[in-house]
Amino acid sequence: MIEIVTTGALATVQDRGRDGALKWGVGSSGALDDLALAAGNILLGNDEDAAGIEIQIFPFQARFTADCVFAITGADCAATLDDLPLPPWWRQTAKAGQILNLGLPRQGAWSASRAYLCLGGGVDVPQVLGSRSTQMRGAFGGLDGRALRSGDRLRAGPANNATKHVSFGLSPPALDLPLMAGDLPAVRVLPAAEYDQYTEAAHHALWNDVWRVTPQSNRYGYRLEGTPLLPVTPIETRSHGIVPGVIQVPPNGQPIVQMRDAQPSGGYPKIGVVIAADLWRLGQAPIGSRIRFIRTSWDDAIAAGEQTARWLAEARRLVDLHCGWTRSH
Amino acid sequence: MISDQPRISLLGTSALLFEAPGATELATQQRIWALAREAEAWPEIREAVPGMNNLMLSFSSPPRRCEPIETRLREAWQAAMPLPVDGRLIELPVVYGGDGGPHMADVIAHTGLDIDQIVEIHSAPTYVVYALGSHPGYCYLGGMDQRIATPRRKTPVVSIPGGAVSIGGAQTGVSASDGPSGWNTIGTTAMQFFDPARDPPALLRPGDALRFRIAEVIR
Repeated sequence: MIEIVTTGALATVQDRGRDGALKWGVGSSGALDDLALAAGNILLGNDEDAAGIEIQIFPFQARFTADCVFAITGADCAATLDDLPLPPWWRQTAKAGQILNLGLPRQGAWSASRAYLCLGGGVDVPQVLGSRSTQMRGAFGGLDGRALRSGDRLRAGPANNATKHVSFGLSPPALDLPLMAGDLPAVRVLPAAEYDQYTEAAHHALWNDVWRVTPQSNRYGYRLEGTPLLPVTPIETRSHGIVPGVIQVPPNGQPIVQMRDAQPSGGYPKIGVVIAADLWRLGQAPIGSRIRFIRTSWDDAIAAGEQTARWLAEARRLVDLHCGWTRSH
Repeated sequence: MISDQPRISLLGTSALLFEAPGATELATQQRIWALAREAEAWPEIREAVPGMNNLMLSFSSPPRRCEPIETRLREAWQAAMPLPVDGRLIELPVVYGGDGGPHMADVIAHTGLDIDQIVEIHSAPTYVVYALGSHPGYCYLGGMDQRIATPRRKTPVVSIPGGAVSIGGAQTGVSASDGPSGWNTIGTTAMQFFDPARDPPALLRPGDALRFRIAEVIR
């Protein structure tokens, strides 16, 4: 269905993630911006567990080898189809032979660093342990358990039959659900087990200082730079299960936020956890950008998840209206 | 002071962490296995994941209130009897030292023992698989003789190969696939620990036992 013409490193097939394999040491993987992938699937009438391509190095170029409906979400990459500009967060039809090109993410109305290319019917790779996401460490899932390379060919599953030739888009959540603290993008954090064992200065820095996303940030973890976070006395913890979003603090005091390729267990102390509803925001924070942490409560974190769910429900409703699809939800 | 009460903390809205009190030991781990078996049947729990004398419970969806599940967890812990798992005994032939054990010299330097003593001490015990984690198929083992404990490396190694037998602090383990590690690699084995096409995909389960057999010592 498509053939990769040019790609930088680390474009991978991802779906919403792999659940239920933690007990075998298998982390969740899945799209760093799960909201963008979900929106792409909604635009195409795909199943919610359909896989797309996560792209984080540009330019990226692919050739359609068959007529195809597709959508690009996430970062605004000045996408073109045979040199014709495409709006971001848009559903589009391609003819066999047409070339899709994604350029550097534009830091305009919103700032983002990863784009998602979704195909009608979803990227058709085998499910492994219940998911199509690429498991880099285990070298399985996705396309042969690895990042995409030039010359790779990917098929799409059967597209939604109700698909018509409709050109339609969505307003991105970065615009609909902005979250800022002062003048900077922010993510909400719940304190974790070792929070109370950090100094007052560390608590103050966590909630008030600016954190820079260093170049050592990737799908495994975001290494942040700022005032070192120091415990009152050195903390020893036994290896235990962790989840994406956990903010670990190694002895140097520079926090690492675990992301979707994080290992499912760890031993570093945890000062907090970025709530699941805000992980997509961090996943889109460009290298070198600065963010803030906002302390939140359980109830507000639950409300944030519900707000995201409402955004997705509204996206489904709008797409149904425009495309005239009838679906059970 | 070490509390005699278990500790429960949140991992954001995705999971909670239950930590058993006391020193790390097998009897406590057997109660953790029992607790995991019970908790994974609760409707609000997606997965119960044992760690080292602790248990992570991931939520199928975040509960409206956490207190009821925390209370239930504490009660289940009080009632949990050590679950003796009738595990299998797996023997791993290990080539100690040489190219496959690039950090043997560091363990020798730290412990003051010679290579033969280290190999003898490392291969003597029957290690129990406490939990899986870190990467697909990796096992956390209990039972290492503390005479060969060696601190984690100051700078992690970018990639050690699958099959690497290593020591990190008070623990020993075997890498299931290539990847970064801060542990000291003292030998290598050819066993394949993980195959996603197998059911279950991981070779070892909590409660299984592992013995390292000396295949060769390269001095």
